[in-house]
Amino acid sequence: MNINELEKLTNEGVDDLPSLERRTFLRAGLAITGLFMGGTILSLTSVRGAKGAVASMPQDKRHAYSPHYSMVMRQNLCVDCERCMDACIQTNHVPHYGWRTRILERTRNIGPQEKETIFMPVLCNQCNEPPCVRVCPTVATYKDKVTGIVMMESKKCIGCKTCMAACPYNARYFNEERRAVDKCNFCWDTRLTKGMKDTACVEACPAKVRVFGDLSDPNSEVYKLVHQPETTVWVLRPETGALPNVFYMNVTLDI
Amino acid sequence: MKAMLAKVLPQEGGLEGSQSKLYNGTIGLFWLLTIVGIGFGVHAMLIGHEHAYGVTREIPWGLMLAAYVFFVVTSTGLCLVSSIGHVFGFAAFKPIAKRSVYLAIATIVSGFLVIFFEIENPWRMAVYNVISPNLTSNIWWMGTLYGAYLVFMLIEFALLQAGRHKIAGMCGLLGVISGVAAHSNLGAVFGLLNGREYWHGPYMPIYFIVSAMMSGCATVIFFHWLGYKINGWKMSEQLQESLRSVAKLGALLYIVIMFFTTWKCIAGLAGHPPGEYEAFMALLDGPFAHNFWYGEVALGLTIPLLIILAVRARNLTAMAIGSAASIVGIFVMRYDLVVMGLSIPGFHELNIVDLPHILPYTPTLHEWMVTLSGFTFCTILFMMGERLFRGHLSEDH
Repeated sequence: MNINELEKLTNEGVDDLPSLERRTFLRAGLAITGLFMGGTILSLTSVRGAKGAVASMPQDKRHAYSPHYSMVMRQNLCVDCERCMDACIQTNHVPHYGWRTRILERTRNIGPQEKETIFMPVLCNQCNEPPCVRVCPTVATYKDKVTGIVMMESKKCIGCKTCMAACPYNARYFNEERRAVDKCNFCWDTRLTKGMKDTACVEACPAKVRVFGDLSDPNSEVYKLVHQPETTVWVLRPETGALPNVFYMNVTLDI
Repeated sequence: MKAMLAKVLPQEGGLEGSQSKLYNGTIGLFWLLTIVGIGFGVHAMLIGHEHAYGVTREIPWGLMLAAYVFFVVTSTGLCLVSSIGHVFGFAAFKPIAKRSVYLAIATIVSGFLVIFFEIENPWRMAVYNVISPNLTSNIWWMGTLYGAYLVFMLIEFALLQAGRHKIAGMCGLLGVISGVAAHSNLGAVFGLLNGREYWHGPYMPIYFIVSAMMSGCATVIFFHWLGYKINGWKMSEQLQESLRSVAKLGALLYIVIMFFTTWKCIAGLAGHPPGEYEAFMALLDGPFAHNFWYGEVALGLTIPLLIILAVRARNLTAMAIGSAASIVGIFVMRYDLVVMGLSIPGFHELNIVDLPHILPYTPTLHEWMVTLSGFTFCTILFMMGERLFRGHLSEDH
């Protein structure tokens, strides 16, 4: 019987339903419910970990930083003007051989003869499980307990470069002038502690690609962007388990 | 101090080396190369590694780290192979103990020489390793345990010289434990990096220990043969038999490493695991193929194994040549292991414009010279040891 025929039938109601049938139905329902509950508890289906597939929202209590600094990249707004890179170099005295943030260019086919160019800004992801912090022998790099920013204490850096090998995002370089590894710290020493609210790259971006803010504040723009319904938010290299705090998304363009 | 030295340094007996121009000239040349290499290292330290070495932010470890790994692998291997006799009591391995323990010290010291110039701020390590340790860091454990290892090996060697075998054996056991712990931590430095697919997993720490023993066997055979050759001494029958036992163990270990390598390659290719597949293709049929097939497979494993089988573990000269080939091949193995693991860019799957599929790395003159100085320094220590300790003879032969 297909759905069209089913639609034409008149409703018999449940008043005349034999109790045996009712019981069978209830038993089936309980069995299904029980299976799911048991499944969750045994975690064979790992429903609980399903959100790990995108590894985006830091919900673990351990990562409850306040303010929990993070950045959202509205990727399709980026036009590769590189003003963010210039602003970063100026603000943080980045030498010519290094970078803290840059824009990567990607291409993908969108038709037989058509290609799309995507600009992808990258920087330190200030991960919740930072691989660089785990490997540092002397705690020269550490996760700030208040802000969650992955910081450097330059005087402790022995220059073994294991953090550079460990970083999944190529976000670290050795700064010969500081004689220590250098990386993005969301302009902590150069702007945030001086009362400014945004990083240099955010301020310099003419296309409003980068949004910086406190992920622990539901009223902040980053919180709202990341928690929008029906919007795909992704992070880079989620498979490494680093739980990054830089989120990527595309916005609907009114053109 | 003099009395202590008198206890450790044999005053008489043993084997005496004859002076020759060639011998002295070789030592002189190697000292010169060592000093020049150190000069290059100091220069790099002053101008900054960025401006002296070929390593980059993407490939932060290169030739010198590979050399360090090579030396500490060899040291651990020497410690393990020598321990079979004087720690675990297998008589066949006893005659090699003294020279092997001495070489274990010589190789690790040479490794430390190279790593001193590989690390940008080695002087900070001495301070902050102690006052600011990170117990989750494998590098921290490796450094600390190798420090302990060196101390145990030094004490053990002194006790062996003083003829106190029982307590030397106990020290040797502590050396073995710290050596295995340190060395598997070195494997974990690579293996526990989730973002480096080529290294990631438990394989590295396990492989490091087994391949250390393989290196140990090759080094024991080659340097015993060489020590007797350059000094014009004749080997005792017991020592020859002992080296034949080492060769048999070596043959087994070559086969084990072939087995490991085969499965590692198959696992890297089957199902095209992202990051790993590209690396293994580069190794088997790409820019690293010469290193892999000629260096690792032919020199490192197949030739020495075939020689041992062909001479039925009897002819020591033939096996020493095989061991020399193996030592060269093992160095290539370490280089490939370090550089290959870093060569696949992290964003390789994202189709980034202008991002090479395999990142380039070429060692510079500075890197080559510091690495060379590690080898020349190690050779000097070896040659001096032969004279100073009169052929490292043990009392029982």
